[in-house]
Amino acid sequence: MTGPLAALLADGKRLHLQHGPIDLIVEADGSAEIVGRAYAQAAARFETVLDELVGELPLLRSRATTEGLGLRGPVARRMEAAVAPHASRVFITPMAAVAGAVADEVLAAMTDGLDLDRAYVNNGGDIALHLSGDSRFEIGLVAVPDRPELSGRATIRADDCVRGIATSGRHGRSLSLGIADAVTVLARTAAEADTAATLIANAVNLPGHPAIRRVPASERAPDSDLGNRLVTEDVGSLADAEIAAALEAGEATTRAMIDRGVVIAAVLQLRGAIRQAGDLAIAAQPDTPIFAPTQRKQPEETLRA
Amino acid sequence: MDAKPDKIRCDACPVMCYIADGKVGACDRYANQAGELVRVDPLTILRRTQDQGGKLVEFAGRNDDWDGDLLGSSFVTAIGAGTTYPDYKPAPFIVSQEVDGVDLVTVVTEAIYSYCGVKIKIDTDRHLGPEQNTVRVEGEAVGHVTTGEYGSQMLSLGGVNHLTGGSKKEGRVTCKTLMDLCNGEAVEMEIDEGSSVVVQAGKPPTVNGVAEERMRVGCGSATIGMFAKQWHGLVDEVVVVDDHITGVISEHQAGKVLGWEDTGIKIKGRRSTPGRYFQVAEPGTGWGGTDVDDPLTILGDFNPKVAKPGMTLLMVSTTGEQHAFYKLDEELKPVETDLPESLEVSVARIAENCEPALCSVLFMAGAGGSLRAGVTENPVRLTLSIKDTLTHVTCGGAPAYRWPGGGITIMTDVTRMPANSFGYVPTPAIVAPIEFTMRRQDYEKLGGHMKEIVDLADVVPRGKRSESPHAANPWPTVSTHFDWRDKGKPS
Repeated sequence: MTGPLAALLADGKRLHLQHGPIDLIVEADGSAEIVGRAYAQAAARFETVLDELVGELPLLRSRATTEGLGLRGPVARRMEAAVAPHASRVFITPMAAVAGAVADEVLAAMTDGLDLDRAYVNNGGDIALHLSGDSRFEIGLVAVPDRPELSGRATIRADDCVRGIATSGRHGRSLSLGIADAVTVLARTAAEADTAATLIANAVNLPGHPAIRRVPASERAPDSDLGNRLVTEDVGSLADAEIAAALEAGEATTRAMIDRGVVIAAVLQLRGAIRQAGDLAIAAQPDTPIFAPTQRKQPEETLRA
Repeated sequence: MDAKPDKIRCDACPVMCYIADGKVGACDRYANQAGELVRVDPLTILRRTQDQGGKLVEFAGRNDDWDGDLLGSSFVTAIGAGTTYPDYKPAPFIVSQEVDGVDLVTVVTEAIYSYCGVKIKIDTDRHLGPEQNTVRVEGEAVGHVTTGEYGSQMLSLGGVNHLTGGSKKEGRVTCKTLMDLCNGEAVEMEIDEGSSVVVQAGKPPTVNGVAEERMRVGCGSATIGMFAKQWHGLVDEVVVVDDHITGVISEHQAGKVLGWEDTGIKIKGRRSTPGRYFQVAEPGTGWGGTDVDDPLTILGDFNPKVAKPGMTLLMVSTTGEQHAFYKLDEELKPVETDLPESLEVSVARIAENCEPALCSVLFMAGAGGSLRAGVTENPVRLTLSIKDTLTHVTCGGAPAYRWPGGGITIMTDVTRMPANSFGYVPTPAIVAPIEFTMRRQDYEKLGGHMKEIVDLADVVPRGKRSESPHAANPWPTVSTHFDWRDKGKPS
């Protein structure tokens, strides 16, 4: 069994934290001394994160309720808090927020007591942000991980409430009930964004469409919290009107979440068509991004074989 | 036989995923392959910037588990090392290791090859398809049939024109075909105007659904030469049926020197020299690589002035797989009869002398591109250092033949590399390991990234997969690979 690893990436600036399925790319801006302390705090907190989650895994994989499951770990409680607002409406388990909640937790530990201009924890596309003063992040959007071209960008400033970004869709490692190529959500926390992105991506769907192949989640991953629910395996040819209909279904779900305050803005992408909802303007024409939230867990330095 | 469990528990990390056969765990790094837990994703082992001291964050004690007794017997392969692209950054690993007092440096990287392919040797006489014809997988052109070799048909697949010169699908299918073949998986391919062939490195080919068993002992003429003595006195005539050169013992030089008598036999086809005939039939998957199922169809009438009733005739293919024994009747027509025991030995011996038919797959790639920049600041010096045998090239620890001429164009037997050494990127291009080993002083001379060198002891504990080398592979760091071997130890 391998333990957690922490190392600086080749650029000498970013920290890579990895343990089992968790890969975090971490960067903090500030004086060298402060950044060094921040990275030490992040690594110290990260050391036990996976073990804490594994300790409560059966409960984390069970259906969330509005009254709560009695989870104890700090990351588990972040997960539960993020999924609770949806629990009365849809089937959801705390695992829907795991990536975002880990990012939030490590970011919180890293920035605790330190004066950092800016920092982020990127957990495979689910990103927790720290901003102060007039600092800002330029965010690039990628629809399909294998074709890393930008389909949009956004600027996030300290006085926006956005501190979490997440992307979900059927090309990532997680299973999706829907057909969206990518749904990117901006929310108050990475855990909230992670949860909402998952649910909106599920809602971008054409139930019963013959070109969509679905298999029970348990066939893809025996441990999946989705059990025998049908997840999308492959999407064949879709007409423009069908693409629009699927996106509309997702957009309706998004607007309801915005009304309830759990989402700030979202971008939905399917077969090159893009919809957006919410206040934050997301420019369609790309510029140089600082990083692109993709669903790939690989740090950019390594190309996937 | 032990039944393999359908699902296995991965113990690579605390999540302990339950993984079904053919699936991967939550991390995408480990998979269940027929009941075995295998690593499917390259190690994302990251270069440690030790010279930055305070900036390096480590978990106390975590890296100290390794007890060090592997030193000297470890070689870090590039499998899973990751790669840098574009390549101006130092290669992922530059590892130093002392061997017999010589301070050696191994530069380890996974290369992304757009210029690569496989050369396939298929041990069969069966006609797979006309030379130059296209080889297809899933209908896409992935290569062609190239010049025939001894007992074998040769295919040349991949290369830059199929990978990047054709349609998107052609590139993707070619890339997948190369990766699967190099990873030792079976790939079915169709040859235009030819056969369907299943090729798997180190395994017999399957041609049109029939598994090939043996590689022929030689051409028909060579078979006559090898066995003439053993047939002499036991049979009046022997014909070894072969699509290339059919041999007839009574006319063949090998029969003549034994005083073999004429039989009046008449072979259809083009006579080359006495007892050697070309083109006795069309190429095919029948006797000796011809399209013949009944060997008598290659014979004309016996000459009544020479042939006599009761004369015996053995017809046999170059692998001994097909054989038939005949007696001439009163009209001098051959009538099949049981093979006498006395001849069974020689037929069995033909078969015995045939080696098992195999498919061999050599990966061929050009590493002369920008990859070199990950090794040295002055890329051409790496090429020259290899040519001067100061630098030894291996692929996943397996020996690599370097083509003479420009660049670092190498060929490697994929069966000597560890399992699943190959991957791909969607470019499309193949990802394969390559290691350059040289003395530290030679590395410095060629403009190496000296600051990036880490000690072997620091890398081994980070490795996630330990493999025994192929028994036939010379150890990559032994001095016999290098030009300086006879010149004593370095000063």
